[in-house]
Amino acid sequence: MSYSEKVIDHYNNPRNVGALPKDDTTVGTGLVGAPECGDVMKLQVKVNPATGVIDDAKFKTFGCGSAIASSSLATEWLKGKTLDQALEIKNVDIVHELSLPPVKIHCSVLAEDAIKAAIADYKRKQGQG
Amino acid sequence: MLKLPIYMDNHATTPVDPRVLEAMLPYFTERFGNAASRNHSFGWQAEEAVEVARKQVAGLIGATAKEIVFTSGATESDNLAIKGAARMYREKGNHLITAVTEHKAVIDTCKHLEKEGFDVTYLPVGRDGLVDLDHLRAAITDRTILVSIMAANNEVGVLQPIAGIGRITRERGVLFHTDAVQAAGKVPFDVNASSVDMASLSAHKMYGPKGVGALYVRRRNPRVLLTPIIDGGGHERGMRSGTLNVPGIVGFGKAAAICQEELATESVRLAALRDRLNDGLRRTLGDVYVNGSMEHRLPGNLNVSFAYVEGESLLMGISDIAVSSGSACTSATLEPSYVLKALGTGDELAHSSIRFGLGRFNTEEEVDFVVEKLSAVVRRLREMSPLYELARENEVIKLKR
Repeated sequence: MSYSEKVIDHYNNPRNVGALPKDDTTVGTGLVGAPECGDVMKLQVKVNPATGVIDDAKFKTFGCGSAIASSSLATEWLKGKTLDQALEIKNVDIVHELSLPPVKIHCSVLAEDAIKAAIADYKRKQGQG
Repeated sequence: MLKLPIYMDNHATTPVDPRVLEAMLPYFTERFGNAASRNHSFGWQAEEAVEVARKQVAGLIGATAKEIVFTSGATESDNLAIKGAARMYREKGNHLITAVTEHKAVIDTCKHLEKEGFDVTYLPVGRDGLVDLDHLRAAITDRTILVSIMAANNEVGVLQPIAGIGRITRERGVLFHTDAVQAAGKVPFDVNASSVDMASLSAHKMYGPKGVGALYVRRRNPRVLLTPIIDGGGHERGMRSGTLNVPGIVGFGKAAAICQEELATESVRLAALRDRLNDGLRRTLGDVYVNGSMEHRLPGNLNVSFAYVEGESLLMGISDIAVSSGSACTSATLEPSYVLKALGTGDELAHSSIRFGLGRFNTEEEVDFVVEKLSAVVRRLREMSPLYELARENEVIKLKR
């Protein structure tokens, strides 16, 4: 399997690896995938409750290079977006940006799922969900 | 000086030994004859070279030259052995026995025969990867005609108890085929000591060229007959028609002779390198699990799972080291290794597995480099792994209690 340059760059220099305090009410956490399937993504967003803008995003991923790159890219895109804008990020955008081959499309789907799960968690904490 | 990339995937294939290449070269040019040409010196020369090689290959496994049938490789040998025997002895019975961890060349051949009306029993293996002889005994019926169990596994390097299997099949009057591709030339393998009736061999797994293999077919006690799967000019005692690949066969012979000569010292050297690799990885990393028996294993094989790290991402981080992974992401089917699954390795650890295949040209210096590089990449990926984080949190919770 040969990887696109962008996947290799995200793999070698992942953006925003780490964890945010998951009990913080301004933090939303999405944990998606299953170890049995070879992919688990944890994606977190820290939202400014006053503006509804995502101030920070972090991820940790167990998975192949494309899964790591998809989640790394997602955190990059999330920062500075409002929740509504964040929900507009689609897996095809990730596929396009990273030039993912067909067998790796599920990695981008997982990243989209992780974004949605993190935002849903935040909204639940804020009593909006 | 260390030269990159480092090749540690010798179960997939091996480089041609320079001594083998040297032996082969004249047979492409000035000695190009067809071994079946009976009427001139070109043909005689080729035939003579083939017969020398036949003796060399036979010598490696304790067979006689006439019992060696040259093929295009071990996949063909497995097909010829299993389909050939099944179709030849169909009137005697329609039951075959194999194991779940066999190479696809055996499993898929058996699946094909199921469509022709044969019944196949796929024996399970234990956590160590070994077939249980009692299971084998219990599986044999009066309809059983063939047992096919590999000598050494290509993924986990586990050595099956072939001498024990041979005793049982001989006692019950059932033919015994073994895929000896990974074992021959690496560990002592003798068709008489193990009562083997057919054995598949491949040149490119023992520092010979690709595209040439052999099937050992016993001629005495019992004499094994096979229905050919390729029809034609009646080469190879009618069992495998087709003009012989003379340079390939010459190389195969030379490769077998070198393996036989060096086996005793080389197997000790490889086992020491393998242990150095295993010890090094365990010393620098926690949560490293060996897949399969460490005791009954090829000297050059190490198959380990690095918990919390997915195999393909690990391979990506060590792009200057050539190894394989049992991770789904590295296979065409997106399924993790069926061999590891059969050993009871959880899917999660199967996704985290790496197979090292050490060979003739690996050095201590390379092993040390691999330990260092791999440990660094595993650490980096674990820091990125939500599973590692969860495991650490659970440990802290346990400690607090």
